[in-house]
Amino acid sequence: MIKGKVHKYGDNVDTDAIIPARYLNVSEVAELALHCMEGLDSNFVKKVNPGDIMLAEKNFGCGSSREHAPLAIKASGISCIIAKSFARIFFRNAINIGLPILECTEAVDNVRSGQTIAVELSSGKIMNMDSGKEFTAQAYPQFMYEIIAEGGLIEYTKKRLER
Amino acid sequence: MTLVEKILATHSNMKKVKPGQFISVPVDMLLANDITAPIAIKEFSRLGVEKVFNPEKIVIIPDHFTPNKDIASAEQAKTVRQFARLQGVNYFEVGEMGIEHVLLPEKGLVLPGDVVIGADSHTCTYGALGAFATGMGSTDIAVAMATGNIWMKVPSTIKFIYHGILPQWVTGKDLILYTISDIGVDGALYSAMEFVGPAIDSLSMDGRFTMANMAIEAGAKVGIFFADGNTIDYIKSRAMRPYTIYQPDKDAEYIRTVEYDVSTLEPQVAFPHSPENTRPISKVGDIKIDQVLIGSCTNGRLEDLQIAARVLKGKKVHKDVRCIIIPGSQKVYMDALKEGLIEVFIEAGSVVSTPTCGPCLGGHMGILASGEKCISTTNRNFIGRMGSAESEVYLSNPAISAASAVAGNIISPKEIINNR
Ligand code: SF4
Repeated sequence: MIKGKVHKYGDNVDTDAIIPARYLNVSEVAELALHCMEGLDSNFVKKVNPGDIMLAEKNFGCGSSREHAPLAIKASGISCIIAKSFARIFFRNAINIGLPILECTEAVDNVRSGQTIAVELSSGKIMNMDSGKEFTAQAYPQFMYEIIAEGGLIEYTKKRLER
Repeated sequence: MTLVEKILATHSNMKKVKPGQFISVPVDMLLANDITAPIAIKEFSRLGVEKVFNPEKIVIIPDHFTPNKDIASAEQAKTVRQFARLQGVNYFEVGEMGIEHVLLPEKGLVLPGDVVIGADSHTCTYGALGAFATGMGSTDIAVAMATGNIWMKVPSTIKFIYHGILPQWVTGKDLILYTISDIGVDGALYSAMEFVGPAIDSLSMDGRFTMANMAIEAGAKVGIFFADGNTIDYIKSRAMRPYTIYQPDKDAEYIRTVEYDVSTLEPQVAFPHSPENTRPISKVGDIKIDQVLIGSCTNGRLEDLQIAARVLKGKKVHKDVRCIIIPGSQKVYMDALKEGLIEVFIEAGSVVSTPTCGPCLGGHMGILASGEKCISTTNRNFIGRMGSAESEVYLSNPAISAASAVAGNIISPKEIINNR
C-alpha cells in the first residue's frame, strides 16, 4: 500500500516541462531530481516529500523519449503517478524503471492537490483519505505488474536470462 | 491486416496479430544518441551480458549536444564512443554524422518493412519508408541490445486520406501540422497513423519524412506510408541488404478514417506552446520575431534548404533577426554547397552551422532569452523547448520561416516574392 500527498497537474504535461533538455548533459538521477518539473512548477522540488503522489489529466509525459523524465520524478520522491492517460513512451519508461503508474479518470476528477490518497497497486484500488471516496484504476497485463514488482525491466530481464 | 499489423505479424512469426495484442518482436535496427545512449549503456551493463546481440543492427549517433557544447556533454559523448568501439556497432563521428533521423535513411540503415526502435521519440520518421519505426526509452533499448527483441502492444490504425493537389508553398509540414491541430496532440495516442491519398502519392520523400517525423506529436506510435516508386528510387542506391515491401489486406480494419481535401489548404503556423495550436498563415496577425531556425530532423533535408533558398535568394535577413540554418547531415550540407544554396544563405545574412540538433531542443547554437520569439521548422514548441521558459517558439514550414526572416515578422513568402 502506497500513501501520500497529492501534487496535481493538467493536460499534456510534456517531458521538456518535467526535465528541460539543458539538464540532459548528465544522467545522474539525484542531479536530475533537482530540476524535476522545473518547466511547469518551479516550486515542486521544494514542496515534494518522499512518498508523495503525482496526479495529472490526460496525455501525461508527451514529447521526447528521455527516460530522464520518469527517473527525475522517481528520484524526487514521487511514489506513484495517476493520470487519465499517459503518452506511450513515458508509459513504457515508467514501468521499465519500476515507477508505478495508473490510469484512472475518476480518481483524477475527484482528488485535489494537497489531499492524501492511498493506492494498492495489485488491485488498482485508489482511496481518497480526505473524502473517503474509492476508485479503481485500469488493470495492466500481468507481466507489467511483475516488472514493477521486480523493480524494473532490467531486473525482470536478468532473472529471465539466468533461467 | 493493416500495413503495420502485417509487418508485426511477419516479424513475430504469426499468421495474424490484432490491435491490443502483446507480442515480442525481433528488431532490424536499434538506435540511440548521445543523450539516451549513456543511460542505455548503464542499464545494459547491469544485465550482465557482455556482447550486444548483433552489432550490425545497432547504430549510435552523437547529434544532440555535438560538437560537444560543454564538459558534461563531452563526457557523455566519450562514454558513448567507447561503448560503440568496444561493441563494434555502427557509429558516425562528427565529420560523417548528421541528425540521426536524417542520417539513418540516407545511409540505407533503415529500409521498407523493417521493425526499428530507437531511444528517441522521432524514430517514427522512418515510417516514410514503409518501416514500422517507433521511439522508446533507454531501458527498452538496453534490453533489446542484449536480446534483439522487444515487447509491444499491436496498435490500432487510423487511416488519413489526403485528396487534392497541394497549393504553392504548402508542404508535408503543413499537412501534418493541420492534421495534428484537427485530431489533437493525443488524437492518435497508442495508434498507428497511415497516410494515403493522391496528395501523398505526389509528395516527395523529404515531405514524407517530415510528416512521419511528427506522428509522435499526435501521440502516435508510428506514422507510416506505403513504399511506392518514390520510395524505391530513394532506397535503390542505398540499400545494402534485402528488404520487403508489405501491402495491407483489402479487408484491413481501421479504427477510424479521416479525410481531408488539401486543395485550398494554406501554410500552417503552430503557436506556442503546442503543435496542435495551429492557424493558417492568413490568420497569424502581426508577430515580430527575434530568431529563425531552419533545420532539424523535421525539416533539415535538401528539399527544405532548396525551398528556403528560393525565398532567401537576393534578399536580406531583417536587421533585428538572427537566421540560423542547420543542414541535417554532412551529405545535405555538401549537396547544398554544390547547389549554391549555402552561398544564398550567407549572402542573405544567415548563419550556417554544421549538422546538429543544437537549438531544436534548447541545447546550444541558438538558445532563446526570456521574451524572445522564434519561428522554427522543428517539431516541438513546448514551454522552454529552445531556452528560457519565457521564450516562445512558432512552428512552420521552411518557406514561411525563411520569409519571416526577411520580413522580421511571421509572413507568407507570397508577400515578399513576386510570384515566382
Ligand atoms: S533535431 Fe530536434 S527533434 Fe530531431 S532528434 Fe534532434 S533534438 Fe530531437
